[in-house]
Amino acid sequence: MNKDFGLTKEFVLKNRAKQKRRQRTAFVFLYLAAGIAVGVLLVIIGFIFANGLKEISWEFLTSGVKDAGREGGIFPLIINTLYLVGLGLLFAAPLAVLAAIYMTEYSKQGAVISVIRFFTTNLAGIPSIIFGLFGYMFFTKMLGWSWSLLSGSATIAVVILPTLIRTSEEAIMTVPAGYKEGSLALGATKWQTMRKVVIPTASPGIINGIILGMGRIFGETAALFFTLGSGTEIANSLMDSARSLSLHLYTLAKQGISPGKSYATATVLVVIVLILNLIAGIFDRRINRYKENR
Amino acid sequence: MYKVIVYIKVERMKKKKLRLGEKAIEKAMLICALSSVGAVLLITYLIFAEGLPLFSHTSLWDFITGTDWKPTKEIYGILPMIVGTVYTTGIALALGIPIGLGCAIFLAEIAPKKAALALRKCIEILAGIPSVVYGFFGLVVIVPIIRSFGLGPGYSVLAAGLILAVMILPTIITIAEVSMRAVPNAYKDGSLALGASKWQTIKKVCLPTAKSGIISGVVLGIGRAVGETMAVILVAGSTPIIPQSIFEPVRTLTVNIVLEMGYAVVGSTHYSALFATGIVLFVFIMIINAVVMMLNRKRVPS
Amino acid sequence: MEFAMKMNEPAQSSRIKVRVSKLNLFYGSFQALKNIDMDIEENQVTALIGPSGCGKSTFLKCINRMNDLIGGCRVEGDILIDGADIYKDGIDIAYLRKEVGMVFQKPNPFEMSIFDNIAYGPRIHGLRDRKKLEIIVERSLKQAALWDEVKDRLHQSAIGLSGGQQQRLCIARVLAVEPSVVLMDEPTSALDPISTGKIEELIAELKNDYTIIIVTHNMQQAARVSDKTAFFLLGDMVEMGDTRQIFQLPRDKRTEDYITGRFG
Repeated sequence: MNKDFGLTKEFVLKNRAKQKRRQRTAFVFLYLAAGIAVGVLLVIIGFIFANGLKEISWEFLTSGVKDAGREGGIFPLIINTLYLVGLGLLFAAPLAVLAAIYMTEYSKQGAVISVIRFFTTNLAGIPSIIFGLFGYMFFTKMLGWSWSLLSGSATIAVVILPTLIRTSEEAIMTVPAGYKEGSLALGATKWQTMRKVVIPTASPGIINGIILGMGRIFGETAALFFTLGSGTEIANSLMDSARSLSLHLYTLAKQGISPGKSYATATVLVVIVLILNLIAGIFDRRINRYKENR
Repeated sequence: MYKVIVYIKVERMKKKKLRLGEKAIEKAMLICALSSVGAVLLITYLIFAEGLPLFSHTSLWDFITGTDWKPTKEIYGILPMIVGTVYTTGIALALGIPIGLGCAIFLAEIAPKKAALALRKCIEILAGIPSVVYGFFGLVVIVPIIRSFGLGPGYSVLAAGLILAVMILPTIITIAEVSMRAVPNAYKDGSLALGASKWQTIKKVCLPTAKSGIISGVVLGIGRAVGETMAVILVAGSTPIIPQSIFEPVRTLTVNIVLEMGYAVVGSTHYSALFATGIVLFVFIMIINAVVMMLNRKRVPS
Repeated sequence: MEFAMKMNEPAQSSRIKVRVSKLNLFYGSFQALKNIDMDIEENQVTALIGPSGCGKSTFLKCINRMNDLIGGCRVEGDILIDGADIYKDGIDIAYLRKEVGMVFQKPNPFEMSIFDNIAYGPRIHGLRDRKKLEIIVERSLKQAALWDEVKDRLHQSAIGLSGGQQQRLCIARVLAVEPSVVLMDEPTSALDPISTGKIEELIAELKNDYTIIIVTHNMQQAARVSDKTAFFLLGDMVEMGDTRQIFQLPRDKRTEDYITGRFG
């Protein structure tokens, strides 16, 4: 038999030297790519902190907006943003958790479920600005809620709905079948089992989804631009126009109102993102530990 | 005897009530689950209902291919915005794909465990930073840098593209990494055992096997870049003219909507032209969603 | 059993192809292989048997240095192939793996066409000539007794083949890079009896051209296909000898216990 059909030792070793060089070049690029990703993050955060931290004072965090943002602080906006986060989650979270339970535990993998999943995936892909248009048309105009906390939080609830559904679904799916069977075998009804066993067991994952949703609400601008309004006072009712931190930063930056206050507001937003990430990390670890124990 | 019968009857009624409750709850949950269906249908309906009236004024063809956008003269052509969106997205992809894919390969194949954990954390934070913060950073850093080189006003296709490139990185990296990790170790072992180098194995076995996942990450990245609004507004300059170079100002579809919505009279032609811009954007995003779903379906069996 | 024994007349050549001396292997602080000495003769089939976790697969992976991929794995001692120490610096690992092919427990064809699967090895070693590749693919598939079954669909995906065909494809893929040693790690454990039979026939064919080392769980298989058998237990190589001797007159009590099915 004709062995050594060209793959002689010399041939292989020569090619091997070439491959080693190529691999070195490629790996340099891979390290570079990773370095760029980290570098960009550090530069952005570093730059904003370097310019923003010195602008932040106790007064900035606790006083109201004065002279369209040139002076004063952001206290009412922090409160308004927290209202927005609270209301948005209040609307979306129960809906999402119930939807997720239905999709994972009740429906047989039928046509209904694939239709729902199709639409949920689609909803997740819709850009913020389209939600903004929708919220403007539907909540602000058709329902007559005007530019208000209510319009804004209803819109944002739709924005975060698909994220919450997906994360809750994933969390519920990790609950071991044995837990449910155990509960059902003791005579508990399906809903009792869901309430007493499935939801508590899945809660770290559900909470992680909620944290993701919170991050999205803190950062959202396009969907709120036409719905939330721009009131710089603390909203007294659901029907009051309000302004969130992100919208405030947008206004300051776009109209060139005050570089100092812009940096300070951006710093506050970045700090919030970092804190949310930290909290999410803690829950991640808890979920992982739970998975390992299983 | 009688007591027993009564007892059984009561128990049955209790159970029946319970069962009815269960039914009601199940129905309620179904309604919750249908909320996303309702939302998508309602969004679609409203955008189209408000946008379609434009086409009795300007034909769809003129709308899409018209190079002039002059609301004061009732001329509505969004070709500059379509081209602008394509340009900015193109730059974002040209930078975002190599860096994102490089990062994903690094994470999935060669990073030591601790480095991978740290890098993943960074990517998560990158994904969490609000778009307005990216826009602000572009406004105070990238725009002045481009201007300082004497390359026009700084507000430009390039500035928008650079910011978008950073913004789509997390999407591309996360999805590409997950699909690279899904490549069975047996494939890699098979390749290495034949004498392939690690890089040959990555290039010729891992990447082709993870192809559909990687593509769906890129497509989602395109969706993100096309749909991004606030970051682009702050750095793009927003002139509704087809840019002749990457250093010229540009207006994207999303920017068009936000900039003019404020002063368009409700119900006017201008107003429905903005919603019609939304339709174009919406249709494009739906196509992207469909592509991603098709890719995912293809991925599932293997 | 008797019949099988007779088929395995000792081969004439007795040149040592692989010489292992004082091989120790550690995963962290756990010692997986203890002081192994073994001579493997050219153009013979050597079977490695023993209960799971005994180190036989680990040992196999030392011969093409696939253990290098496992973090915390440390190897001491020497393995000489044709007199050259494969653990000494200066040995190119790609060339080693070209010379020492490996067939895995589960068939692992790549998600590409049959042709590209076979041509993968020659290509990564720098062979680009289409004509040569075609010849290699045909030759390798014929050697692996798969040619007739797939010659009309070389450009279809390899994933569509049956399990047994996939495994023969993997053998062909190994043969395509012209190895001199072929390692097989329980190559039939995922296959049905008919496919297993085909692979065993193939092994008997291949030993004329290659030195084959096969790990198997199945003692009948070891008896059917191998010339030499080595018995591993808890990281030790208890005993090695002619297959007939190991199965009929084991020297060590532990070998006898294992072969007669007292544990395993």
